[in-house]
Amino acid sequence: MSIQFSPQEILETIRMVQMENLDIRTITMGISLRNCAHPDLEVAAAKAYEKICRAAERLVAVGDEIERDYGIPIINKRVSVTPVALVAESSASRDYVVFARALERAAATVGVNFLGGFSALVHKGMTPGDEALINSIPEALAVTERVCASVNVGTTRAGINMDAVRRMGEIVCETAQRTADRDGVGCAKLVVFCNAVEDNPFMAGAFHGIGEPDCVINVGVSGPGVVLRAIEQQPDIDLGELASVIKRTAFKITRMGELVGRSASAKLGVPFGIVDLSLAPTPAQGDSVARILEVMGLERVGTHGSTAALAMLNDAVKKGGAMASSHVGGLSGAFIPVSEDAAMIDAAIAGSITFDKLEAMTCVCSVGLDMIAVPGDTPPETIAAIIADEAAIGMINRKTTAVRVIPAPGKKVGDMVEFGGLLGRAPVMALHRESSAAFVRRGGRIPAPLQAFNN
Amino acid sequence: MQQPSNRVIVTVIGEDKVGIIANVSTLLAEANANIVDISQTTLREFFTMIMLVDMDKALVPFDELKRRLNVKGEAMGLRIDAQHEDVFKFMHRV
Repeated sequence: MSIQFSPQEILETIRMVQMENLDIRTITMGISLRNCAHPDLEVAAAKAYEKICRAAERLVAVGDEIERDYGIPIINKRVSVTPVALVAESSASRDYVVFARALERAAATVGVNFLGGFSALVHKGMTPGDEALINSIPEALAVTERVCASVNVGTTRAGINMDAVRRMGEIVCETAQRTADRDGVGCAKLVVFCNAVEDNPFMAGAFHGIGEPDCVINVGVSGPGVVLRAIEQQPDIDLGELASVIKRTAFKITRMGELVGRSASAKLGVPFGIVDLSLAPTPAQGDSVARILEVMGLERVGTHGSTAALAMLNDAVKKGGAMASSHVGGLSGAFIPVSEDAAMIDAAIAGSITFDKLEAMTCVCSVGLDMIAVPGDTPPETIAAIIADEAAIGMINRKTTAVRVIPAPGKKVGDMVEFGGLLGRAPVMALHRESSAAFVRRGGRIPAPLQAFNN
Repeated sequence: MQQPSNRVIVTVIGEDKVGIIANVSTLLAEANANIVDISQTTLREFFTMIMLVDMDKALVPFDELKRRLNVKGEAMGLRIDAQHEDVFKFMHRV
């Protein structure tokens, strides 16, 4: 048996791993908690703790093992669970913080850094359980480190629940206040969605959807550094050729996700769900999505042309990745968080990227207004209006959109907010000062849009 | 996964010098790792040696072998890497 690969192919792979930060961003185990419901919430929480610990007992060890076997770093191992509102609702209790604490303990026991699913799906209306969960979010995120919350307030088929949007504006502000001593970091663990997906492996918005099996493995690949390097080597080709370069690169990156996902699924004896082929930046140098747009020919991200460049990047990543995996899912696109992307932070400080431009860019990529610090005195109605705008983009364009903004307590425009680690740092960005309160207070639902006459 | 292989590809990149093959193959022999195929080429003025190594009867785990190769590479002023064959299979073959 001889070597089947050319030296160029072999060296390309070695270079991707060694020099360009090719890694698997996350292996996320989705665990159903539907069989943990109980009239006594303490009992339900204990059952959830036990089920998570049992199902994910070997998750971290297997992740480390695969990392050793294949020599590809697996940065995060995580767990997502059934939206807690569905599980906790059977109990008489209306304070779900006890459940969040149990999830925190389970995450600590199995050794994962985030656990998603303190969630509710309220795009058409709220049940008492949904309301209880939403009311519990600020405290739950203040007293836990690893638990992530998300609320789905709209879908293309149901429209937007503006009562929920208004409430989430208040919840975001309250969550920031509860974690005021840490620049409102609680909000970094809270996502408000439109068209949320059930198999997203990325935090903070991961939850284990109701159409999912009892337990499943989803993999999130990344690799902005690899795409960046591939584009840097081609300064003179036209955009059609550039799209091909991105597709080929995305294909190779996604293949690694497929390899790791299949391997993890076999080792854990758990079905393999999907590969999410997102380009997810980290604050590390050379791991920036914004930098890719700049290398495509923009002086700084946020300037005119950014939306077009991002649209092409996002689509090419999807096209290349879709062919590489038997099951693509999750969010699958380019992420443009501000605080988690070095070039985006620079652009925000320099003032070339603004809140409104970010909103425009979310029309053509996954996922939304992500990790943006805004003034601490922003009224809840303004946050709600931001959520409504972003949900409208998702609803009309039949895509997932999300809002994860941090009204940093006591901070003004231009101040820096430091979250540390993967969550990064960000300058507080300016918002419109004019009030949206009367619009938000109308409440009710924005009707589902027509699915024809798309112009 | 189709027939799980336990083969790794070892790459040596750097300036050509006396004893590269001898050193690397001694290290692999000590670990009881079998060299299945070997090729040499010059890519962009760099000497490149590529070995296909069967780990089936190896006495040390892959990560330990990889560590030893890295250390040996540093001592010789070369870059020596090892990567599982499946990684290349997945990335470069549809």
